Amino acid sequence: MRHISVLRQILIGAGFVILLSVVCYLFRPYMDYRIVALILLLAVSLLAVLFDILPVLVSAVLSALILNLFFIEPVLHYKINSAESALLFFIYMLVALVNAVLTNRLRKLEARTRDKEEKEKTIQLYNTLLSSLSHELKTPIATIIGAVDTLKETGDKITAEQKADLLAAIDIAGSRLNNQVENLLNMSRLETGMLTLKRDWCDINELIFMVIGAVPGQGGHTILFEPDDRAPLFKIDEGLMEIVLYSIISNAVRYTPPGTEVRVSVGFDDDQLHMVISDNGKGIPEEKRQQVFEKFYRMPRSGTGGTGLGLSIAKGIVDAHKGEIRLADSPSGGAEFSITLPAEVSYLKNLKNE
Amino acid sequence: MNKPEVLIIDDEPQIRKLLEINLSSHGYQTRLACTGKEGLMLAANHIPEVILLDLGLPDMSGHEVLLQLREWYRKAIVVLSVEKGEEDIIAALDNGANDYLSKPFRVGELMARLRSAIRNNDSGETRQVITAGELEIDLAGRVVKVDDQVLKLTTTEYNLLALLARNAGRVLTHQFLLKEVWGVGYQTETQYLRVFVAQLRKKIEADPNHPRHLITVSGVGYRFE
Repeated sequence: MRHISVLRQILIGAGFVILLSVVCYLFRPYMDYRIVALILLLAVSLLAVLFDILPVLVSAVLSALILNLFFIEPVLHYKINSAESALLFFIYMLVALVNAVLTNRLRKLEARTRDKEEKEKTIQLYNTLLSSLSHELKTPIATIIGAVDTLKETGDKITAEQKADLLAAIDIAGSRLNNQVENLLNMSRLETGMLTLKRDWCDINELIFMVIGAVPGQGGHTILFEPDDRAPLFKIDEGLMEIVLYSIISNAVRYTPPGTEVRVSVGFDDDQLHMVISDNGKGIPEEKRQQVFEKFYRMPRSGTGGTGLGLSIAKGIVDAHKGEIRLADSPSGGAEFSITLPAEVSYLKNLKNE
Repeated sequence: MNKPEVLIIDDEPQIRKLLEINLSSHGYQTRLACTGKEGLMLAANHIPEVILLDLGLPDMSGHEVLLQLREWYRKAIVVLSVEKGEEDIIAALDNGANDYLSKPFRVGELMARLRSAIRNNDSGETRQVITAGELEIDLAGRVVKVDDQVLKLTTTEYNLLALLARNAGRVLTHQFLLKEVWGVGYQTETQYLRVFVAQLRKKIEADPNHPRHLITVSGVGYRFE
């Protein structure tokens, strides 16, 4: 409620008080003015919970004036006849104001506690980030420095095969570092809201073939994709969706044993794109399925080389598209990721050209 | 035959070293510049076959160097950049770069791009027939053949293919292709491009799902190989 501007809050509060007063006025023959005072007081208390201090004070004063003018005898006059009514009016005024101030103070206190909790959570997240980072970044750096030292110092003492092994280790470590930096950059873009969607028409079949072509280490794995020629063009952020698909497919390849089959399929309707990536590996236990999308979460015993960011970035990107990403069992027992994206479609593709 | 000369403009000494070692071992002659100013001067004095230009230079913006070079330099410029942002790449291509590679890059990829950029220097607008593997495009006769079989292409398909082929090795942006083939006012109608590239691939590629001639440069444009 606090994101509404103060002026609007004042108007809404005043409107509410006036509306309620009109209703009470209609029932005046059946209601004592004391009841009306209680009803208005309740209304002011309600506003105090929702609104800032100034609008509440305005409503409190307004309701007191209305009470005096329209409900306390003589009606339509500021004068108050009986001492009892005068006392009631002043008590009303006081309670309404105290109510407004106290509620406001309470709310401020609550906000401060919340801020503190959030700060603590951020610090905790930051610590997790640091420990995860220093490990995941330093491991490949250690490999590179160590391998280079070995190559420099051993000279001819190691075999050509050993040399090739060291070079391959440097190669893998370098790519790994690059991936991790890429992930961190994407994560911070998502976190800081710097990521804006650049939607453009996308040939989904082409995109999937491109991603599959870029996934490394498919030695023992088969990636199957049957393109659907009837699929329309979708207006999505192709570059970001490439990151999502790459992250899911490369995970499927990396965390399943060689020989595993990874299947990618595409479906669509009038305003949605569906993609399913499934494998026939060991799958992901039900209780872990929500966690895999969390930042820095890594499955137990999943080895080195990941920051636990890939899937949370994927989820962030899908969320930015106002879509949904889910993890379930695949019919073959492995993991099955399904993505649904609302997107504008174009069937221009099926029209014959000039 | 003379060794083709490559001018490297990059402020990072390790990258300069790496490029120099690789290029000279692949039969290129290299010249090195570590600032934009020095690069512009060396380019004017020696007129290299290709310029490898890093966009992040200490003294001036790489885009500015590109614009100044393009006032007179007609040969290939390949841009290197750590920026993966599409806007930056598109800006570089619009400012006259032939191609770009984002750092870190694979040396094999760099060499392939250099070769293709140099090939494009020699051919350019004057060539009548462009061949790429089993594909043959006769620009004078407006005939396209695959394995000596004449293909039936629509006018738009042919115009698109011919434009890309005439600029083989060069990345042409979506906007540029749309403007040239469909005309002013169509620059944002990328769906036309997607559809026609898909159709063309079905006709000219041996495997349209793994194209070898019409290469997609994600989020940027297309390149003919």
